[in-house]
Amino acid sequence: MCGIVGLYLKNSKLEPQLGSLLSKMLATMTDRGPDSAGFAVYGSDGDGVKLTLRGPDQAALKKAISGLEDVFALTFEKTERDTHTVLSVPAEREERIRAWLKDEAPGIDVVSAGRRMEIYKEVGLPAAVAERFDLAGMTGTHGIGHTRMATESAVTTNGAHPFSTGIDECLVHNGSLSNHNDMRRRLEREGLTFATKNDTEVAAGYLSWRMREGASLKEALESSLSDLDGFFTFVVGTETGFAVVRDPIACKPAVMAETDDYVAFGSEYRALVGLPGIASARVFEPEPAKVYAWERH
Amino acid sequence: MAETPKDPTLKDARPLPRTKPRFSATFTPDVMSEIRRAAATGIYDIRGAGAKRKLPHFDDLLFLGASISRYPLEGYRERCGTEVVLGARFASKPIHLKTPITIAGMSFGSLSAQAKEALGRGATLAGTSTTTGDGGMTQEERGHSQTLVYQYLPSRYGMNPDDLRKADAIEIVIGQGAKPGGGGMLLGQKITERVAGMRCLPPGVDQRSACRHPDWTGPDDLEIKIEELREITDGEKPIYVKVGASRPYYDTALAAKSGADVVVLDGMQGGTAATQDVFIEHVGIPILAAIRPAVQALQDLGLHRKVQLIVSGGIRSGADVAKALALGADAVAIGTAALIALGDNDPRWEADYQALGTTAGAYDDWHEGKDPAGITTQDPELAKRLDPVLAGRRLANYLAVMTLEAQTIARACGKSHLHNLEPEDLVALTIEAAAMAQVPMAGTGWIPGKTGF
Amino acid sequence: MSSYDLNQAPLRDLNRALHALRPDTNETHWTITGPDGRHAIAVGLDAPISVEIEGNVGYYCAGMNKLASVVINGNAGVGVAENMMSGFVHVRGDVSQSAGATAHGGLLVVDGNAGARCGISMKGIDIVVKGSIGHMSAFMAQAGTLTVLGDAGEALGDSLYEARLYVRGSVKSLGADCIEKEMRDEHREQLYAKLQAAGLAGEVNPSEFRRYGSARRLYHFNVDNAGAY
Repeated sequence: MCGIVGLYLKNSKLEPQLGSLLSKMLATMTDRGPDSAGFAVYGSDGDGVKLTLRGPDQAALKKAISGLEDVFALTFEKTERDTHTVLSVPAEREERIRAWLKDEAPGIDVVSAGRRMEIYKEVGLPAAVAERFDLAGMTGTHGIGHTRMATESAVTTNGAHPFSTGIDECLVHNGSLSNHNDMRRRLEREGLTFATKNDTEVAAGYLSWRMREGASLKEALESSLSDLDGFFTFVVGTETGFAVVRDPIACKPAVMAETDDYVAFGSEYRALVGLPGIASARVFEPEPAKVYAWERH
Repeated sequence: MAETPKDPTLKDARPLPRTKPRFSATFTPDVMSEIRRAAATGIYDIRGAGAKRKLPHFDDLLFLGASISRYPLEGYRERCGTEVVLGARFASKPIHLKTPITIAGMSFGSLSAQAKEALGRGATLAGTSTTTGDGGMTQEERGHSQTLVYQYLPSRYGMNPDDLRKADAIEIVIGQGAKPGGGGMLLGQKITERVAGMRCLPPGVDQRSACRHPDWTGPDDLEIKIEELREITDGEKPIYVKVGASRPYYDTALAAKSGADVVVLDGMQGGTAATQDVFIEHVGIPILAAIRPAVQALQDLGLHRKVQLIVSGGIRSGADVAKALALGADAVAIGTAALIALGDNDPRWEADYQALGTTAGAYDDWHEGKDPAGITTQDPELAKRLDPVLAGRRLANYLAVMTLEAQTIARACGKSHLHNLEPEDLVALTIEAAAMAQVPMAGTGWIPGKTGF
Repeated sequence: MSSYDLNQAPLRDLNRALHALRPDTNETHWTITGPDGRHAIAVGLDAPISVEIEGNVGYYCAGMNKLASVVINGNAGVGVAENMMSGFVHVRGDVSQSAGATAHGGLLVVDGNAGARCGISMKGIDIVVKGSIGHMSAFMAQAGTLTVLGDAGEALGDSLYEARLYVRGSVKSLGADCIEKEMRDEHREQLYAKLQAAGLAGEVNPSEFRRYGSARRLYHFNVDNAGAY
């Protein structure tokens, strides 16, 4: 029902090519997920927090952003990409800016927030989505992409992955959770809010909640193995890290390739074939119920 | 040959057609027999068992098995957990059970010593708990029950701090589904010397139990009573609070607020040893209607799955267990079904049932103490008919079957533990069940009272 | 002698320490200070010790007592000595509702007055109240004796079983199935023994009391008693 790709660079050698490599990987996974696509890219860091906003079109985004600039008496650095705009905002104003957007710009969603992470997602074929946002032109240290075949929740942009789980944190998922309704109710009582009926959003919310309660990413993923039921392969990105975990039964496919320069993830091997040096890479399937994590310092 | 039309003024020689005898839907033969019985005796009808009328029940719900959008689990290799922990909220020694199917409280007195022993043996083999009842704990029962819940009832018959300390958990009984708001009853035929001695009563009296606890009423005082029980047992034992289903949202919320570790919720199909038929059939609500409000109460307090909910009243199969858990219960309790597994109402005693004016399957005069199966009796000759070892084995088999059945359903729904069943796994066959269980009518998204058409 | 200040240390620790005492313990006398109306003080005792509480206590003080002797130098809240099995509980002040409720044995002495439902569902305890008792006392009382030097409130002994009630003063009203019964020698002897146990031998004359007990008309369901059900 979905395809996942991920590319995590261990050094700066391939950083200029991150977007073009990820974009090809994503397009390869079209068959697994033709409904919508999305990706998170960890690119350059600016002074403040990068908010990725999504609106119905650029005109609506421009209107909201000029309203913001008037109210906060600031001029933001911004990058416009189709239906998304990345705004750089001062970290200390982030919360108030988000509150203003929520109240005053109802058609505008904050897709992600982070020092480095930007998330883009839209309904449509993966190659077209990548092209709309010019993924091929992006650079960075790591990125995660997802192609979606919707199962039980609607085909909407909000239902597309990746889901942001917090500052610089995102999650993509392949599989189908079987206890997400009760888990969503539990997390809602913990104060989390959900925009969709999507099981992955619940998984993302679960990880956010665990980390908010003090767990590390690894601990949060480990506890997800007992708290989340059903079938899942999660790929998670953080500002400097990349993690993979599969449920104990591990039916959903996952292939990984590791070289001195990168760690790559694909739902299928064919997503990885275009990567440089793939022929000599160590290719393996992640073990069930084991958390794999990489960190770059 | 066609009949030739006759002159209408001519009298038909054939007999006149008669109206077929017609029974009233209001004054049915059953109703009329009860009126005649009441008129002859001047006393209300007393009987055992639970509500016999047809009620919206778990039969009206179906599971949505996994197929493409969800994936099922394999039957043997892939684990589907059934264990349950009860009482970890406050008790330092919570109860660990292998299956979420427990044995409900039934008293020695209403049941023979052999039947109590069999319940303990069966529950122990299955890795679950059994429960005392009005009248206290017997040594047979404690000895044969690995995990024994001690009921703390309004009557306090046989209430003894030594037994309290011997118990694995304490269940404060406020009411039961067959008679929410009513006290117990045990007629003189069953108050033998031993039963009377345990209850400090004169042998042979028609015993009435109080309907309220003698030293507390309401949630504010219940909180203090729970504190006392915790003090007496050094905070070790889980404390359950049992209520009959009538206002489950409030009663569950108040039990939890009063400090209960576990709430036991008994629907109107739950059995009783003896009470007025009018009480059984007309007071309380079916368990199907009670679970969601109770779960909602726990969810609103942030205590769902922290304060466990045990539901009972008409649980018969693993499907019923799975449905109760999907609606949000943590465990179930069985009473009547356990007695049937022991041998209650077995057709092998049909001649004896006939002699009592009834038939196997309908026998409910449990208060009279003449049970041909030797279960609801204190008559030593009848009680001897029940072999506690064999009967315990039958109960253990039945508990194993129910557990396997519930696992079968949960695996089909892609769950690696019974507790991961959800209301969203269910649909309803009738509007009544859809409204009560708050799940959609099958094939629609319609939950009466919740969503539009 | 051990002493314990409830303003300094938790109640749970006190009760746990009292429960841990073996029958042959040397710590046979305990003084508890700072009760300040706390509930469930000295509950579930199971050793022949004596416990003295300096002040007023809340609900269920000395609940389910066995063997121990508990003296409360103050008033007691609801359910003092509830379900006592044996031993002795002495309240020097007044007690609230449900004193000695469901208790199976032992002796409860109240120097002052008792509130409503004194001895409710009692199952063998002896209760001596030097003052008066409130309404619905000895409701469904099954066994034991309730001795009252003062007056009794409304509905005394309603639905009574075999408990014996001795009242020296007035009885406002009797409950269903409770009747006055003849005071014979055996009853005066029994009453004398109870008074003696309460330290009143010689101070109070048993022949000043009236005896109340069950008419036993409600022991079996009967159409003519329908009004009482």
